[in-house]
Amino acid sequence: MKNMLAKIIGIAALLAAVAVLPHFLKFYQQDFLIFLIINILVVVSYRLVTLTGEWSLIHAVMMGVGAYTSAMISKFYDISFWVSMPLAGVGAGLIAALLCFPLFRMTQFYFLIGSFAAGEAIRLCWIHFIRPFGGTGGISAIPSPELGSIDFLDPIPYHYLVMVVVTICLFILYRVEKSRIGLTLHAVHWKAPLAESVGVNTWRYRSLAFIIGSFFVGIAGALKVHYLGIVSPNQFGIGFMVFILIWVIVGGYKTFYGAILGAIVLSILDESLRELEELRPALYGAILIAAILYLPNGLESIPSKMREKFATPKEA
Amino acid sequence: MGVVNFAHGELVMVGAYTVWFLHAQHNTPFLITVVLAIILVMMIGLLMERFLFRPNRDDPLGGLICSIGVLFILQVIATLVGGEGPSKQVPPPFAGTLILFDTLRIPYQRLFGIIVSIAALLVLWFFLTKTKLGWSLRAVAQDREAAALQGININRTSMIAIGVGAALAGLAGALMAPITNINPHMGHNVIITAFIVTIVGGVGSLSGAVMAAILYALFHTFVTAYFSGTIATISGLLIMVLVLIVKPTGIMGKAVSE
Repeated sequence: MKNMLAKIIGIAALLAAVAVLPHFLKFYQQDFLIFLIINILVVVSYRLVTLTGEWSLIHAVMMGVGAYTSAMISKFYDISFWVSMPLAGVGAGLIAALLCFPLFRMTQFYFLIGSFAAGEAIRLCWIHFIRPFGGTGGISAIPSPELGSIDFLDPIPYHYLVMVVVTICLFILYRVEKSRIGLTLHAVHWKAPLAESVGVNTWRYRSLAFIIGSFFVGIAGALKVHYLGIVSPNQFGIGFMVFILIWVIVGGYKTFYGAILGAIVLSILDESLRELEELRPALYGAILIAAILYLPNGLESIPSKMREKFATPKEA
Repeated sequence: MGVVNFAHGELVMVGAYTVWFLHAQHNTPFLITVVLAIILVMMIGLLMERFLFRPNRDDPLGGLICSIGVLFILQVIATLVGGEGPSKQVPPPFAGTLILFDTLRIPYQRLFGIIVSIAALLVLWFFLTKTKLGWSLRAVAQDREAAALQGININRTSMIAIGVGAALAGLAGALMAPITNINPHMGHNVIITAFIVTIVGGVGSLSGAVMAAILYALFHTFVTAYFSGTIATISGLLIMVLVLIVKPTGIMGKAVSE
């Protein structure tokens, strides 16, 4: 009980800190913070998909599906952001549900390649069909949210909007993982034949994780493009997918907070290396390789490793 | 070998860049640059095997992700060497066009590429099916433990497999250099094509890959001519997904028991 209380206080303090933070930052840093919070939702939803042990390469494209859905609904049909954002999630979830039939007939390496191919095909459709997707340039002048007299073009109100939405989504995702469904997903990952033998339909649970993850990343996509005001196919290419992968792997995918940690640490690192413009991808590559070779369980494993290191000499 | 090298397209790119840098910029004879490109790319491949794939042998995902890291590094190096800006062109060292029956025209440069590619494929086929090394290589690919029990040196065989693969990538890049645009991101299209061809042809099947490559090239050219390049790639990807669903082992691959 005491542990629980400490956790709640900790999270409340963290939220309060994130809430006051933008008031102390410069304009571009406020921007950066908004995208960082959105990316946290992206990595956490991606982790739900990976819980079943399948690494997909379509998550960035699913974010794009949400972004395009929301952008098109709000721009072409004049429907408010408050309706189009949840619809973005529904749109991404629907596409994901359709893709389940082909994709989850494969596993492991084949799933990886299959998801990559399916994503790339969707992305090329956005480039090719100028109506209604706008081609390489994408769709611009996406209306920003409206609520009373609040001006959501200003970063600070948008910051609060993103913070509230992402916090709710993270809470739901956390509950999903701790629920019966989440436990079953773990079982599907580590002991698929055993899970099947006790009557778990592994295909159904893999699809479920994929659909839920796509739903939330769709919402993240909507949040992103309504702030930027523009959506284009290149925002959701394999480059961004690799970033998601790096964040999750460097942070550690075994726990809920590991992926978040990875996104935060690497994004801040990335931001502080802005002067090295051309060299940045190479540095990312080097970090990725180093993380795989020396820290296979991610940043989250550092505390326990340190503990081991300092504990062993005493025993000896 | 159970290793997915996402940076394979970038190895091709490095081969093409070597030719551009040495031949177009520094006037080294073309054939020498081709040999140098093969050696350089093979070295990169061997280093990757030794320091990235070997420690990750039990975790294919780890190796795959490391290769993505290499992909980024190679792209940045290419940008640093060649600079930003428009794609590079290499003047074809074999000028002129072979004209057959008035309608069939093949530039000598492409003819050279075709002949060398076919020769390389024949050598590869001979190596894989007729030599002892090739046999041991395929044995390791099929079942690593059983191969090790038969006295096959896994580390050495893996080095050879990656070395041969990388050398061929270097050769492909060098041959491609005079007939395509060279830029740091050219590997992206190469890897998509390579995936489609390998999956459709069947993983680990040389004859399947060759057949799939010929069919895909014909298909891609015709669809590009009648519709557009994007549609061609989309349908190629869809065909690959279809093959994965219907016959995951590819048209020539054999079923693998679990």
